[in-house]
This record gives sequence, C-alpha cells and structure tokens, in this order.
Amino acid sequence: MSVKYYLICLFLCFINVTISQNCNLKFQGIIKDFHDDTPIEGAYIKMEGSNLYAISDERGNFVFNNICTVNFKASVSHVSCDPKIVTVNLNEKAFFEIRLEHHIEELIEVNVTSKVNKKSKTAQETVIKSDVLERYSSLSLGDAIKEIPGISSINTGNSIVKPVINGLHSSRVLIMTNNVRLQDQEWGIEHAPNIDINSAESISLIKGANALEFGGDALGGVIIVNPSRTFNKDSIFGKTMLNGHSNGKGYGFNTTLTKTLSKGFYINGQISHKQTGDYKTPDYFLTNTGSKKTGFSAFTGLKKFEYGFEVYYSYLKNKIAILRSSHIGNVEDLVNAINSEEPTIINDFSYDINAPKQEVIHQIFKANYYLRFKNFGKLDVQYDYQNNHRFEFDIRRGDDRDNAALDLELQSHTFKSTLKLDSNSDNIYKIGLLAGYQDNYANPETGVRRLIPDYQKLDFGIFSIGNFKPSDKLTIDIGVRYDFNRINAKKFYQTSRWIERGYNDDFSDIIIEDFGTQLLVKPSFDFHSVSVSTGLSYDLGKNRSVLFNYGLSNRAPNASELFSDGLHHSAARIELGDLRILKETSNRISGTYNYDTEKATITVEGFFNHIHNFIYLEPTGVETTIRGSFPVWEYKQVNAILFGADLNMRYEINRKFVVQNKSSFMKGKDVSSNRDLIDIPSLKTTNLVRFTNKKWSNFSAEIQSELVFRQRNFPNNNFEAYIPRTDSFILVDISSPPPAYHLLNVRSDFDLKISKKENVRVAFSINNLLNTSYRENLNRLRYFADEIGRNFSIQLIYNY
Amino acid sequence: MKTIKLLSILFISSLVFISCSDDDDPIPVNEEEVITTMTATLTPTGGGTAIVLKTQDLDGDGPNAPVITVSNSLAINTVYTGVMEVLNETETPAEDITEEVLEEALEHQFFFTPTNGIATVAYTDTDSEGNPVGIQFTLTTTDAGSGTITISLVHEPEKTEPGVSSGDITNAEGETDIDATFSIVVQ
Repeated sequence: MSVKYYLICLFLCFINVTISQNCNLKFQGIIKDFHDDTPIEGAYIKMEGSNLYAISDERGNFVFNNICTVNFKASVSHVSCDPKIVTVNLNEKAFFEIRLEHHIEELIEVNVTSKVNKKSKTAQETVIKSDVLERYSSLSLGDAIKEIPGISSINTGNSIVKPVINGLHSSRVLIMTNNVRLQDQEWGIEHAPNIDINSAESISLIKGANALEFGGDALGGVIIVNPSRTFNKDSIFGKTMLNGHSNGKGYGFNTTLTKTLSKGFYINGQISHKQTGDYKTPDYFLTNTGSKKTGFSAFTGLKKFEYGFEVYYSYLKNKIAILRSSHIGNVEDLVNAINSEEPTIINDFSYDINAPKQEVIHQIFKANYYLRFKNFGKLDVQYDYQNNHRFEFDIRRGDDRDNAALDLELQSHTFKSTLKLDSNSDNIYKIGLLAGYQDNYANPETGVRRLIPDYQKLDFGIFSIGNFKPSDKLTIDIGVRYDFNRINAKKFYQTSRWIERGYNDDFSDIIIEDFGTQLLVKPSFDFHSVSVSTGLSYDLGKNRSVLFNYGLSNRAPNASELFSDGLHHSAARIELGDLRILKETSNRISGTYNYDTEKATITVEGFFNHIHNFIYLEPTGVETTIRGSFPVWEYKQVNAILFGADLNMRYEINRKFVVQNKSSFMKGKDVSSNRDLIDIPSLKTTNLVRFTNKKWSNFSAEIQSELVFRQRNFPNNNFEAYIPRTDSFILVDISSPPPAYHLLNVRSDFDLKISKKENVRVAFSINNLLNTSYRENLNRLRYFADEIGRNFSIQLIYNY
Repeated sequence: MKTIKLLSILFISSLVFISCSDDDDPIPVNEEEVITTMTATLTPTGGGTAIVLKTQDLDGDGPNAPVITVSNSLAINTVYTGVMEVLNETETPAEDITEEVLEEALEHQFFFTPTNGIATVAYTDTDSEGNPVGIQFTLTTTDAGSGTITISLVHEPEKTEPGVSSGDITNAEGETDIDATFSIVVQ
C-alpha cells in the first residue's frame, strides 16, 4: 500500500517537476518543542535531493524562497533533537508547524557519554556506571555500591551482603529494579537483595527519603538499578563477560544481547551464571561458604517518542551455603565460638552447598505503557508481579533432615501510574498513584513453627512532585506523598508466649481458635503515613554547586518487626517481634557541596537524621529452654539520631595519574536512653592511585588502600550466662567490635585487540594483597571466623 | 480528560483486584523435632527403687523454663544402671526421640558431668564405629555429699577427639540439643 503511494507520489513529483518549472514557490514554517510549544532556534532544515537548506531563527521560523518543486521531503535536525523527516506538498499548504523532541531530560537519556544521568537534580545522588559495575560482576549489588562514600553493608558471611545507607538498612532501603520496587522479604538481615548485578547497566543511589516517587518509607535511601538502555537505530550489540577468582575457585559468565530497530522496537536477553566453592581466610577454609547463582532476564518493547511499551521478565536463583560453624546450639556453644580462634568445623575445599543454606528464587514480570500528550505531558502505567520463594535449610535430625526449615512464598502485585506534566520545562509536575497487594504464605510442611506468619498486605500511595526553576542557577524540588498500608495476618502463638508478651490483656479479641498449646490469632493493622521532601540545588558558578534537602518520611513496621517469634540458630538468640510496634518517623536534613572539573572533584555530603520511634532489636534478657539458655532479642522503639559526613575527592595530577580519596564518618545515638546504636559503620577511608595510558591499549593500573577503623561507639549488650557444667557464670562478649584493619587491593586492565575493530578488555586484580587476617564488625558471622584472604581475579569483557 | 479517565479506570480496577483475597485459616504446625522431655532412669544394680532425673519443657523454645525434678537422693557407694529417654510431648501420644538418636547414633552422644566428685559415669553402649552413645551407662556414687550432674545431648560431636569417648565434653564441639543440670544429694 505504502509502496504504491510512494510510487504515485514520485510519479506526480516527476510530472510536476517536468511540467511546471515555475521556480517561485515558497516553503516556510516554524520549529517548535513537542512538549511546550516553545520555538526552537538553530534547527537545520534541508530539502532532500537538493543542496538547499535553512536554519530556524530565534522565533523558530524558517523560510525557503524560489522553490521549483511542489512535492519533496525535508529533513529537520537540531543538535539536541532526534532528526525528523517531513513530507511536503506545497499545493496543500505552504506553512508548516514542525515539532521536534527537544527536551533537556530526554537529551540526557539519549546521550550515552553524558557525565550525569541522575534521577533527581537536588538529592544526594550518585551514579555507578557500567565500567565500575563490571568489576563486581562476580560479587553482589551490596559490594558494588560500597564504591560510594557513606555506603556500607551488613553481611552474613561473604555471599549475603545487604546495603547500608548512612547507617540504615533492610526495609529502610528501597531497591528499584527496572522501575519495579523489589519485594523480596528485605526485612531480614540475612536476606540479601535478589538482584543480579550483571543485569544492571547503571545504578543510581539516592541517600535519604528524597525520591518520593518510589516510596515514602525509604528512611535510608533508594537504590535504582537500571537495565541496559536502547536507542532507536538499527543495531545489534552485546557483551560477554568471563570471570574467575582464586579464592573459592569461583567462575562466572554473563552474556547480554540487544537488538534495536530505528523504528523503536527493541529486544534484549541476558543470562548469567556464577559459582564459588568454600572461601579461604589466610589460615583456614571457611567450610560451607560456596554459592551458586543463575540469572536470566529478557525484555522487549517499543520506544517511540509519543508512545511506547515494554514487557520484562527476570528470573534469579541463588543457592547460598552458610558457614557450618555458625550453626550452634545454645549460649555455651556461642561462648566457645567467641573464645575459639578458629571455627569449630574446618574441612577441605568443596563446592558442596550443605545445610545451613538458603535457596531463593525471585521472579519479576513487568509490563508498562506510556503515552505522551502534545503540550501536556507523559502518562505511564505499569503493572508488575513478583514471586519470591525462599527456603532455608537447617541442620536437622531424622526424617526432616533434608526438609527446609523455612519455606516462604511472597507474591506481590503492583499497579502504578504516573503522570508527568512537562509542558513548561521550568515547572515540571509529576503525580502518581500506586496500589499494591501482597500475599505471604508460610508452608507448614516444614515441620517448624512459622517464623513469619501468613499475611496479606494492601498498599495504596499517592504522590505529587514539583520541579521548579525560578532562575538559571536555582532548582527546587518539592514532593508530598500519602501512603496507606494494611496488614492482615493469621499467626499461631504458643500460648505461653502469648501470655508472656502480655497479649492476653491487649489483644484477646483477635483470637480465632485455641489449639491448647497454640493460639491462632488474627492481627490486623492500618498505617497512614505522610511524607514530604524538599530539595534545592544552587549553582555557585565556576563548577561549584550546593544542595540542601529536607525529608520527612514514615515507615510502617514490617512483618518481622511485628511478628517474628523464634530461635535463630546462627546467632543463638530468640528474636521477638511486638504487635504493639508503631510506625517510625524520620526527619532528615542534608547538605552537599560539590566542585567538579576535569581536573578535580570534591564532594562533601553531610546529613542529620532524627528518627522518632526508631525500631531496632536489642537484647533484653535470657530465657532457658531444654537446650540451655539463650539471650532474648526484642524489637523495641526508641528515639534515635544519626549524623555524619561523606567525602569524595579526586585529583588528576597529570593526564596519566589520578589520586582519589573517599571517606565516610557517622554516629548513631539512642537519645531515649543516651546509648550508642548498634550496627553503625565505623570510620572508613579509601585512597587510590591510578595510572592510565590510553596509548598503551587503554592501559590502566591502580592500587587502593582501604582503612577501616575500630568502632569505638557501641552499645554494651554483653551478658552473663550460667554454665551448668562448671556451675559458674561467664561473660558473653557479643558487643566488642573487632580491631581496625587495612587492606591493599591492586587492579590493572587493558584492551586486547582481536581484530581490526574488536577488543577484549582484560582485567586482573588482587584483593587483600597482603593476605591480612581481619574481622568486620558488620558481619554477623564475625564471632565464628575471619574474613576471606587474598584473592586473585581475572576478567575478560568482550563488547560486540 | 482522557488521562483522568484512564487513571480512574486503573485506580478502580486495582481496588477491585485487591479486595478479593482468600480467607482460609492456616493449619497449626506441630514440631516433630522438638525435644520436650529428657529422663535418666537410674536403677540400683542390687535392686531397689529406681531414681528418676527428669527435665520437661513443654513449650519448647517458648518462654517457660524447663521443670527439673529428681525423684530421690542417691545412695552412697552404689552402682546404678542408667537408661536415657528423650521425648517430644507436644504430640499425642508422645514421640520417642530416643529411637532417632539411636538410629543416628554416630551423630549423637550424651555427656554426664558430675560436680564435687559425687559420682562417676561409664558408657555401656557403642555406635557402629565403637564409640559411645550414652543411652545406656552406669553411674557409681562415692561417699556422701551433694552436687550436680549435668546431662547434655550433643549433635555431631567429634567423638574421636581426646577424652570425648570417655565422656569429657571439653573437646566435643558440635551443637547442644539438650543441656540440663540436676541437683543431687548422695547419702
């Protein structure tokens, strides 16, 4: 059909040209911005098939005089717009309104080499790009984001790494992957985020709750994982990475392939697999610390300026072994472990993943659609479904030996819709709506009482964000969000626990059924939260700028804080939630000074966070069971303050040498009882010298020194335990942090030419070069074993 | 206008969608592995009434402490034949966990630790590798006195470590499944 039309057109053109050669036609028009109808100056308009061209003036107008042809095509382009082809028939009309996709934000999205690709202009945001992420291909998200000052991690061994942003973690850190909020039982410290780092092209991290679009409860911050971007051109490209490392005899590969069409269609597939065996400290093997991770993701869609859609699916399966020696029976075992230099069980190297272990399968399905309205804005609607299935295997006896001790399936559905009104680029508004439903199912076939009960959760959120530019130098963001959460749970309590907690007085009306030793109860809670975020950025000139932020955020307690009820073997403690826990409220102010040139960068970020009703776990006493005695850790609420500063300095000595320092310092205090907060990262400073020579096959080599100081501010939770065998009390020192440590890491990479056009990037690195023995305060297994020793890695990256 | 319509449709549909949740009650879990009760029955070899040392913790890992009882005092310079029994009494009828311990004898061992030199204990059973299990033992009292006997069941002990097979728990490592201390009078 179109071919026919084309031919007819051509034919008519031909007739026109040949018959009427009266060269006094006029072709004129105006070039405007698609969004807000502002005229575009300096657009280049060319008549195809001729060498005639024109450039639009400051009002967007252009004119061609003395044209001979009636029918022709004109191409319109502008330095910051996608080019557009217009079909012209001067017999129909002589004045054309041509709209180009000219927009600052879109420009950044399209521009690959752009230095900043930030989600916000006023928040404390840092972007980690693919060249840095590639280094962490064999590790995890939590390891990669420690590149950013102020970010640390709380670990359970080496493979379970949870991000900590300015001292806050778990449910206080919100993770977005491909615009889906990750719902993966993030409440537990031993639950690492289920993200395949290899599926990420870049990661943005926003400190504080200043990204209300994603949620109002991110007291710590938001981590945004972006998959690879596509461009509207006919192309097929991909990347393959191979990794190997000596410690743990680990290996991994990752392949991504993307096909794009100029018409806007794209399709992408990614697959990754990695496996490691037992890691080794300088002195011994860490028996049962291997892991096996397999990931697969695919997306396809259409990206046009006016509309588009995407369908996305990802699958991730992680099998993680947990240090065998960390599974203990009672307080006496814990005392023995703390006092022993080495773990109690050390075997030869193995790839085996035995109990205690975790197996988690996380699947995400997402579909979204967007539509742009001329001179109005963009509407985006999205649905996502996530299935998180977690198994935890314990050391068990008898028929249950191979049966999971925990089997939780968390399913989440989310509908969301955002409307961005950007017709005036000086005043951009975004409003959004979210509705979510979540169902948690705890399988009773484990034969172990449920740690987390069956529950259903409803979420509803509505937000509005405004971005204003009162002057060229000043940008202001203001956001308000309201969230409603409802949790309906059905939980079994041991009757003795129910009475001990005092619930028979406060919650007797929620009992559904009495099974004698157990009670089935139906707790239901509603939470209403209002969050506010304001930010401003001011350009001081000469590459200097300052940012100020204020955020009010509220977080409803999670399932663990409300309901957890049981014995954790890895910590030899009984953890108890509390049905009376209220939401927590944070008021955070922060400021940033930024100086950024080619030669030097200085970023200083400071924050002060006051949290009312801060929820945390604290030891409150000892309970005795037939196994012996255990400390009891209860979720409590206090008023807390956290404050600190993060520093990043980079200086280019000359074209070949760069030095860099990243440091972070913070303190956390429980102001209700004037005590230090637990699990606060200690002072850390990293120095780096990098040598680069582009002429030597893009060679670079660097040495990095990482110094972590001992945490001197910690709460004393030590307690006396009765040891019956010796009929004596001994002090159980669970509080004293390990000493300071210093690590040296080296790395070098270069391009290896394999053909005229193609390169393979080769990277070689040694972590913990000096094979230092050390323990990290924020590793929950620090009572049992050292951190891993020297590790040689090699990586090949092939882009095609 | 179109936008508002679209938004409202989405909003309403999501409300409908979230209001239809299932409402089945979950079933209770009766833990099969829980050990609630441990009994040591000591029968004098020369005949007489058996003495029973018992610890019972019916709520398992719950807040209530175990109830520890000793039926009577022990006689001086007497040899007792001892038998251990472990039960899960959260089930009816109570499940005998002693059988499981016996089946996995290689991975289990009872330890008996008296204080004040009131008695000595010797194992009288072995696992398939010739190491003791401790379900059967003899206890020999000494002269009059009082003290305690701590009885522990350890999972995956290092039975070949020094002293472990003769009943010294010091090098046993492993995990403690049961740990109970009984006050004993020998008279």
